[in-house]
Amino acid sequence: MTKLLKDGTVTNDPWIHVADGDAVPESGPVIVTLARWQAEHNSLAGRADGLGIRLESGQSPEVIKDDLAHFAVVALAFPKFADGRAYSHARMLKDRLGYTGEVRAVGDVLRDQYRAMYRCGFDALEISGDHPADKLEADWRSALGELRHAYQPSLRGPEPVLRQRHRAAAA
Amino acid sequence: MYRYDEFDHAMVKDRVEQFRGQIARRMAGEMTEEQFRPLRLQNGLYLQLHAYMLRVAIPYGQLNAVQMRKLAHIARTYDKGYGHFTTRQNIQYNWPKLSQVADILDELASVEMHAIQTSGNCIRNTTADQYAGVTADEIEDPRIYAEIIRQWSTFHPEFTFLPRKFKIAVSGAVGADRAAVRFHDIGLFIVKNDAGEVGFEVWVGGGLGRTPMIGKKIRGFVAKADLLAYLEAVLRVYNMLGRRDNMYKARVKILVHETGTEEFTRLVEKEFEDTQGGALDLPAEEIQRIADYFQPPAYEALSDDPPALTARRFEDKDFNNWVRVNVARHKAAGYAIANISLKPVGVPPGDVTADQMDAVADIAETFSLGGIRVTHEQNLVLPDVRQDQLYDLWLALREQGLADANLDHIGDMICCPGLDYCSLANARSIPIAERISQRFADLDRQYDIGELRLKISGCINACGHHHVGHIGILGVDRKDQEYYQITLGGAPGEDAAIGTKVGAAFSAAEIVDAVETVVNTYLALRQPKERFIDTFRRVGDAPFKESLYDKAA
Repeated sequence: MTKLLKDGTVTNDPWIHVADGDAVPESGPVIVTLARWQAEHNSLAGRADGLGIRLESGQSPEVIKDDLAHFAVVALAFPKFADGRAYSHARMLKDRLGYTGEVRAVGDVLRDQYRAMYRCGFDALEISGDHPADKLEADWRSALGELRHAYQPSLRGPEPVLRQRHRAAAA
Repeated sequence: MYRYDEFDHAMVKDRVEQFRGQIARRMAGEMTEEQFRPLRLQNGLYLQLHAYMLRVAIPYGQLNAVQMRKLAHIARTYDKGYGHFTTRQNIQYNWPKLSQVADILDELASVEMHAIQTSGNCIRNTTADQYAGVTADEIEDPRIYAEIIRQWSTFHPEFTFLPRKFKIAVSGAVGADRAAVRFHDIGLFIVKNDAGEVGFEVWVGGGLGRTPMIGKKIRGFVAKADLLAYLEAVLRVYNMLGRRDNMYKARVKILVHETGTEEFTRLVEKEFEDTQGGALDLPAEEIQRIADYFQPPAYEALSDDPPALTARRFEDKDFNNWVRVNVARHKAAGYAIANISLKPVGVPPGDVTADQMDAVADIAETFSLGGIRVTHEQNLVLPDVRQDQLYDLWLALREQGLADANLDHIGDMICCPGLDYCSLANARSIPIAERISQRFADLDRQYDIGELRLKISGCINACGHHHVGHIGILGVDRKDQEYYQITLGGAPGEDAAIGTKVGAAFSAAEIVDAVETVVNTYLALRQPKERFIDTFRRVGDAPFKESLYDKAA
């Protein structure tokens, strides 16, 4: 069973992924594919209960940059944990395209990548497998805390070392 | 040299504990080998043919004596008493036990070293000119920027799962390229623009391997403040667009080639426009903070060619040869840069025993202000030697079997570990290197032949850089037999070129004779003072083909 880890807490996930062949439920928040969005743009755009979009790792957020206001969630897929394209896509969404909704990681999302995902701007992680909620939350805390510092500026996480150094020097 | 501050220490220490935990979780079956593999690789741990191999980073090739002693201690305590210096300024241990790896990393952390990102599809150890800071022909010291890049690239959250590995090299020298800069994923030359400002010329998409390519220059000048923003732009374009369907086509060189240099450059520039001037701006005070660590030592006021040196060179032919071949000009009068060849006859290129490491540490303290460099040619450098102490240094090195005077000659080969160690290799390379070094053991003959870069790879992955050898040897597998192809005309440096295959491969029994035939062909054709590579460029490969293959003629 898939669980949603958001801000370090396992939460109820009201969102439903709708695969391309399936009918879109009449009500409730749904996450559709890029193909569906492009084909059914008109009917989906007016949905009252919330709309999300799922991008595969080969689909750049650039293609939806003018549509972002329609989406409360952008789900970025990790077909394999070692396919790292979505890290750049998350940053692009938040940094360059100014997206303020939820960016969530879906697919092969593993504990040893939580920290990188967090720093690249992911707000929520869908985690598959039968893990107890408290285990996931404990994993999250330890994954984020394993390294105290970070050299690079990033969307979240520790203040970059470089800035800490020079603040200390100025003080 | 750079010293860790509290943040750098914490980073390395935390990383060791993190990896210790990952090993424990792997042993407890909480993750699969597939999930563990990239984690161990990014901590330098490979699984080789017979055992694990640990690759330790030597950032931009710089070591001090204390670190060298620690490397010796690790070789003695956790391995079989030796280590192997690689073409990427790293050192490899071939026999560590998985259960002891975290302890080794602890030992390394205690002397400000690590094995972080020495493998895996991430940004690898940043390399630099081994004469950085001591050569006269330098605009600025590349170690400053290599250290900045080391920090920026360490645990970069966006770039730990790139399509493939990514290597960066930096050189600050004018007219000489000792770091094979054009054969890196990103090569940086420190340059001065028309306004007299110092910045970087950027080359992208160089590399060896199956598809050797010389990098393409994508920008003539990047200001210092923009360095990280520009690198990040290149990496982001690569991370998003590099091929992931075929690992042999996943390096950035293929992306540049398939996209076209112009279009690739446009994409990078667009990305750079968005990042420039933001959080990645490199503040002048940080550059200064790091540059302060690389200030030259207080050199004494000496003059070049002191009488003591001149007299010794006159008296002792072997010493004179060593000075002529292995010693390079230093920027400070009365000092010299001394190369230690790790290519004595009959020893695998780049291998050093623990005792030799300890001896080099002592020697560096006595003769070179404690500094040591590692070169991509698998040799060591003592960067700050007083010319009037060269003779005593030479005697001390000779006692350790480290005074071979064959730098840049045929005995000074690059050679990969090959089938003796490596699970990827098709053929053994170390025994071929040994036999060639024995065939050309006579130093006078080597000097007569002159500068000749010979490089051997045991498979097409080209870790032995055969594509950029004046003479390259590539091990191939033909019906379960080891065969060796010869390439000619490659060059790694300022005259970068990729060698071309000369013809059918030779058996292990034939290859040394074939190399000798190539050398003899050159000797017969050369004009006065003409190096092998220059003769080859003048006459082409036809005469070499003829002497190698038309034996009846």
